[in-house]
Order: sequence, then C-alpha cells, then structure tokens
Amino acid sequence: MKIKETIKLYVKYASVCTQSVMQYKLSFLLMIIGRFIMAFSELIAIQFLFSGFSQIKDYTYGDVLLCFSIIQMSFTFAELFGNGFKAFSGTVKKGEFDRMMLRPCSLLLQVMGTRFEIGRTGPLLTALITLALGIRHSQITWSILTVWTLAAMIIGGTFLFIGLFMLGASFCFFSIEDTSLINVLTYGAKTHGKYPIDIYGKGILRFCTYVIPYTLIQYYPLQFLLGKTRSWYLAFCPLGMIVFLLVCYFIWQFGVKHYQSCGS
Amino acid sequence: MKKYYRFFQLRFATGMQYRMASVTALTTQLIWGLMECLAYKAIAEASGGTMPMNYSSIVTYIWLKEALLALFNTWAADNELFSMITNGDIAYELCRPVSIYSMWFSRTIGARIAEALMRCIPVLLCAFLMPKPYRMTPPVNHVSFLLFLLTLFLALGITVTFCMIVYMLCFFTISPQGWRMVLTGAVDFLSGNIIPLPFFPKKYLFLLELSPFAYMQNVPFRIYSGDLVSGEIYHCIFKQIFWLVTMTFLGIVLWKQAEKRVILQGG
Repeated sequence: MKIKETIKLYVKYASVCTQSVMQYKLSFLLMIIGRFIMAFSELIAIQFLFSGFSQIKDYTYGDVLLCFSIIQMSFTFAELFGNGFKAFSGTVKKGEFDRMMLRPCSLLLQVMGTRFEIGRTGPLLTALITLALGIRHSQITWSILTVWTLAAMIIGGTFLFIGLFMLGASFCFFSIEDTSLINVLTYGAKTHGKYPIDIYGKGILRFCTYVIPYTLIQYYPLQFLLGKTRSWYLAFCPLGMIVFLLVCYFIWQFGVKHYQSCGS
Repeated sequence: MKKYYRFFQLRFATGMQYRMASVTALTTQLIWGLMECLAYKAIAEASGGTMPMNYSSIVTYIWLKEALLALFNTWAADNELFSMITNGDIAYELCRPVSIYSMWFSRTIGARIAEALMRCIPVLLCAFLMPKPYRMTPPVNHVSFLLFLLTLFLALGITVTFCMIVYMLCFFTISPQGWRMVLTGAVDFLSGNIIPLPFFPKKYLFLLELSPFAYMQNVPFRIYSGDLVSGEIYHCIFKQIFWLVTMTFLGIVLWKQAEKRVILQGG
C-alpha cells in the first residue's frame, strides 16, 4: 500500500515538474536539442578518430559505440531520476531541505521528485542511435543471457550514477563548500567511459574496480557480451550495483542524521 | 610598509577562502587531462604512427586546453549577464552612460583572463612535472612562443565576440538557456575542444576553416607544440584578425537591433 502511494506521489511530482517546463515550449525544445548536440558531437568525434585505425586494443568501432551508448544511457537516466541529488547543495543552502523534513513523507521521494527534469532526455536519442549502430557493427551472439547483460549494464549504470549523485549530496551535510570533486567521478566517468576501461591501463582498471566499481557495469560484463570470455558469471556483475547503491544510501542516511540546518 | 602588508594579508585571506574550491578544480583538471592522455596513448598505439598529430603535440594540446580552460570555454559564459536580461536588471545597465557592448565585452574578457591566470599556473606546473610520455613540452622556440601569445589573445577575442553574439541573441528570446546550450554545444565540438581539429576528415576540415571556429583555441595550441608551421601560421593570424573584426561588427549590429526593441516589464 505504502509503495503504491509513494509511486503515485512520485508520478504526481514528475508531472507537475513536466507541466511547468512545458510552459516554455521553445526553451524546452532548445534544451533537448542542445543536450542532443552535445552528446551527438561526441559520437561524431569517435567516428572521426576511428577513421585512422580499425581497432583499439582489441576493441572494434562497434564495441566502442556500445560502450558509449551504455554509459550515455545510464547517465541520462540517472540524471533524469537523480537530478534532485545533483542539485542538492542548492536545496540545502536555500533551506528547502528543512521544509522537506517537516513533511510527513519520505525524504528520498521529495528530493528526487521535486527536481524531475524532462529536458534532460536529450542525450537519450543519441544513445539509442549509437546503440543501434553499435549492435549492427559488433558481433554479439544473441541469447537470453546477452540480452540480460546489455539490459543489466544499462540499469546497473543508472544505479551507479544515482549512487554517486547521492554520495555527492551526502557531502553537503558535512560541508557547505562546493563539493565539485564528485563531478570527476560522474562527468568524468561519462566522458571517459566511452572506451572500455582497460585501454587506460592497469592502474585505472584497478581504481575502477576497487574504489568506485565502474568495471562491474562496463569492463567485466562487456567481456562476456562481446564473447571475449566464456565466463558466464560475468554477466551478473551489474547486480553488484545494488550493493553499491545500498552503501550510498546508508551514507546518505548517516548524513541526514547529522544534518544541521544552515538556511534561514 | 605595514599597511601594504595588511592589504596583502587581507587579499590573501580572501583568496584562501576559496582554497578548497581551487584544490578540487585542480584535481579535476589533472585527472581529466591524464585520462585524455591515456586515451590518446591507446589511440596512438592503435593507429601505429599514422596519426595526424604526433603524440607529444597531443599531450601538450591537452594540457594547454586544461590550463587555459577558462579562456575558451563558451559554456561557462557570464551567468549574471543572462539573468540581467531575463530579470530586468538590464535597466540599470542601460542607464549607465557607456556602451553596453564595450562594457560587457571588457567585463567578460577581464573575468576570463583573471580566472585563467589563477588556474593555469598550478595546472601547468603539474603538467611539466608529469612522468615522461605525459609531460608537457616547452614551446619549440622563442618565436613560436611569442606567436603563441599573440594568437592566444586573438583567439580569446574571437571567443569573447562569439559570447557577445550569444548574449545579444538572448534579447530576442525569453529563454536564453536553450539558445546558449545549442550554440555552445556546437562550438565546443567545432573549435576542437572534444578532439583536436587535425583529427577531422579533410573535407569537413575544409568547411570548418571557412568558419570562425577553427581560429579559436585550435591556432595558439598548435603553434605552441609546433604542429602548425610558418606559412600556415601567418595565414591563420590573418584569418583570426578578419574574424575578430567581422564578429565584433556583427555583435554591435545585433546590439543596435536589440537596443531598439528592449521592453522592460514591471519594475
């Protein structure tokens, strides 16, 4: 019952946010186009780069496109749903968070619901085009397990980025200074995650496994998806994101407990 | 003497207020640059010596891009000016007995140079201390360094006149953020911020060289690393001056049009 109510409320929040954006249709359209162009230009950049060679460390053009589209899609979904965490420092500074705490309703729902931004979906189009291109160019043997892997990578990636946004938001409880360092982990992963992580070398691969588990949604399942390994269990790596998200959630909860108001 | 010391102390303390912000900015840029260097290393190995730029030029290009980010990024345009246009504070600006175009131009250019100066020193310092293949190289010779400085200013001028055109276009719409995103997204790519321009296929590059975008950061960064040679350099400088004049003119014409139709609502 409670879950049903929560979902209903979230949909309500989202529709109100969407309606308010729709008041400025041209602006909305340009926003979508702008974000689409930004993402699309990166796709063209990859194509230009690949005109000079056909393979980068055993990965073909199609493989890189797959990587690019998965990361773009995860990031876009995460931004769509987790935008509230991204803009959280503003919420704290304005004292809006104090108001949220007074309401008899889940904090998570309010933070996520109030900043639902439909205009963020621009890169989704690029991601879909890239996904289609990537699937056409790379040789994936389709089976239930590979379809699962692809879907799990995208959903797992969404969880990962939402988790990171949440982590960034949690820092706002302890420091009112701008915590832009988290941007390296989010935007940086979006920009540089378009190549399979192992092209950056062993050190980066280790960091992306043991510090922030990017490889669980990119490198390891990708090996299975592209048929580079027979280890089927790699297909289930993205499930680890549930643990990561839970860890981020506990840090967030810890932060909420120690929150001291700074707004007026 | 004491009072000057106090002034210094005051300014220094104010500056130190933002130390955390500058440390995070520095870290971000270093990581960003290093990741790009690593990616291009893999690309260099993949293409086996047939790259349109040699690897050390690319590394230098990347570090210059990171160090001088504040000069050339069009997406970080002056937010205050945008909000002035939308919230009506432009009225105060209109009251001042100075030309808005010149005022905003100097303000934008000043802010960019100040920020770049503050940011470039630590980034460059670290870039020169990087381990070998990722280390930034000094300029090829004195002449190219002087030409680098000259073209850097011209390129900055072109970038700022472009921003001015974006500001002016905002007078013709009530939703500046959308315009801004479309224009800056395109320029980011066309000016060589995502991949250096030599990586573009020849036929597109030819078209691009007819536009002002090829004369922004592309020219100074490639002169510095010795990727552009003498004949091309003077050609580029000539084109830079041409675009600087044309875009300034265009901006002023747009401003004259905008000035006629500014309507202030409410007060």
